Amino acid sequence: MVTVVTTPDLRLTLYRGMVRARYFEQRVYDLFLEGIVKGTTHLGLGQEAVAAGFAAAMHPGDMTFCTYRGHNHTLLRGAPMGALIGEMAGRSIGICGGKGGSMHLTDVPKGAMGSYAIVGAHLPIAAGAAWAAVVRKTGQVAVCFFGDGATNIGAFHEALNFAAIWRLPVVFVCENNLYMEYTPISAVIPVEHPAADRARSYGLPPLIVDGNDADAVHAMATDVIELARRGGGPSLVEAKTYRHKGHSRADPGTYRPQHEVEAWLAYDPLRIYRDRLLEAGIAASTLDQIERESMSEVDDATEQVRNASPPDPATLETDLWADGGSSWRN
Amino acid sequence: MAELTYRHAVARGIAQEMERDPTVVMIGEDVAAAGGVFKTTEGLQARFGPERVRDTPISEQAITGALMGAAMNGLRPIGELMFSDFLMVCWDIVANQIAKTRYMTGGQVSLPLVIRTANGGGTRFGGQHSQSLEAMVMAIPGLKVVAPANPRDVIGLMAAAVRDDDPVVVFEHKKLFAMKQDVPDGEIVDRLGVATVVIPGSDVTIAALAAMVPVAEEAARRLKESGVSAEVIDLRSLVPLDTQTLLGSVSRTGRLVTVEENPRLCGWGAEVASIVAEEILWDLDGPVVRITTPHIPLPSSAELEDLAIPSPERVVEAVLRLQ
Ligand SMILES: Cc1ncc(C[n+]2csc(CCOP(=O)(O)OP(=O)(O)O)c2C)c(N)n1
Ligand SMILES: [Mg+2]
Repeated sequence: MVTVVTTPDLRLTLYRGMVRARYFEQRVYDLFLEGIVKGTTHLGLGQEAVAAGFAAAMHPGDMTFCTYRGHNHTLLRGAPMGALIGEMAGRSIGICGGKGGSMHLTDVPKGAMGSYAIVGAHLPIAAGAAWAAVVRKTGQVAVCFFGDGATNIGAFHEALNFAAIWRLPVVFVCENNLYMEYTPISAVIPVEHPAADRARSYGLPPLIVDGNDADAVHAMATDVIELARRGGGPSLVEAKTYRHKGHSRADPGTYRPQHEVEAWLAYDPLRIYRDRLLEAGIAASTLDQIERESMSEVDDATEQVRNASPPDPATLETDLWADGGSSWRN
Repeated sequence: MAELTYRHAVARGIAQEMERDPTVVMIGEDVAAAGGVFKTTEGLQARFGPERVRDTPISEQAITGALMGAAMNGLRPIGELMFSDFLMVCWDIVANQIAKTRYMTGGQVSLPLVIRTANGGGTRFGGQHSQSLEAMVMAIPGLKVVAPANPRDVIGLMAAAVRDDDPVVVFEHKKLFAMKQDVPDGEIVDRLGVATVVIPGSDVTIAALAAMVPVAEEAARRLKESGVSAEVIDLRSLVPLDTQTLLGSVSRTGRLVTVEENPRLCGWGAEVASIVAEEILWDLDGPVVRITTPHIPLPSSAELEDLAIPSPERVVEAVLRLQ
């Protein structure tokens, strides 16, 4: 593995990415409790280093496939924050017009190729997008994020094998936050590492990265993405991380031992990165400014959502077909 | 008699059967230690132990496949698919394997198993967690289908499903989990294929299922104020279907409106309408009207979703147009 030298600029990009994702999702949580964001939310609070590290290693045309817990990935590929929160609130300004909701955030022009709510479904889909990149010689790479629990579904195994034998430019990233919903992953796998311990079955090396260390994630991401771009085939990366909040909505997460939660909260990806940057000589005022700017972006986005109208009722029956409508008879 | 919610009725129904029959077991994702994501199976593991109530990985094919294998070998297993949308993930096992095996083996293999699953919309979860898939299951020969509309029926139909020697899919409705009702103490057991007349009437028959039953009831109350006497039928079971209750009612009222949460094409109401057309056309005083969700996936926006799913207003309007 090549170790990528992180420049100060890159480090500020990583920090900014994490701060934006953090503030954004904290606001989503508040808006959910307020009843503005409806239905459900699955927050990636605590998992921001994975999103920031990979997003910074991707090229503009590269494609992100993520799960319902992918607000941060979608944001960091460049989707506008107001349209993301607007989607979760079911407003007309939503990135999908209010039709998708929090589990389906998508911004195709930005390469955010969808959030998938059926566990495992998007792994073969990401492989297919990578296959198209090969056929069309576009040089794109697909990056597919999923959870530890997803490694137990058939689609995981089919997609890995498929991508490996076709040597597709796709990077599979398992965000191992130790839980599938309320069940510890250790209770439902016979190995220690849900993704890495299975990599050899597909002829891939076991790759594990500290998912709370933005530099480490970025270095790993750069390696595997460029390997894929050079025609070196897929990779399977396991990023060890933890979600700060419950699985979804207002789940208090009481099934997790207190000491475990505390240890991971102390190992907060933002806090450790901020300390590292200060130690490296970056001025606190620079970081403060990033934080202020991010907060005002979140406040602006919130205002947009509060002022937005509900979707036009006429849109209920649009966009089922390519002609823009949904009719099925004459 | 005690007040019981629909969600607690699920656990009570399962417990009633597990208590009675040691071959009844239950598996699913987060059903055991956590008591289910909808809290429908709370307390069952504590009461019946980790052998009989067991958490699984996220592996719907393994869950449903294991139900089938266990049923082939002497158990009466109950499996939970957290959302009915996940039926699609294991549709091979359910539709190709479970549904067809008794028939294809000339009756050698019996599969007394139950698949419980949370169905339906109204929760703002969007297109992949809101579908009403009862018609899809109904369309596969070899699967029985029930969809209770109230806590009492949850218990009775769950018991009937567990005791049935064929595979039964029990659709629990997400919008009804908080519904409360006084439920009799003691054992409750229904028969599959019995509809109930929940509001008697003489001018029009409104047939509904699951969360559409309260919608139809509300419509009937409003219609009464307009001087229209609507009879509301809760079908409860699609396979087997209680055509006698249904046809008897429509013959008397001369009019039929179906209220279906599913998208328009091939909903259960289409089957009901065709039976009425074939068997009692000359008893009708007007066209059969189907009220459904449009032919679209459910949107997550509250305003759009409420517009999509049949409402009492839409039922009232349709009935008044018929008069
Ligand atoms: C096929 C399927 N089965 C079950 C679910 C319900 N479900 C949603 S998220 C989840 C847990 C996923 O855990 P993991 O893969 O570790 O991802 P995390 O939520 O921790 O990010 C489950 C069981 C689903 N959405 N799809
Ligand atoms: Mg997880």
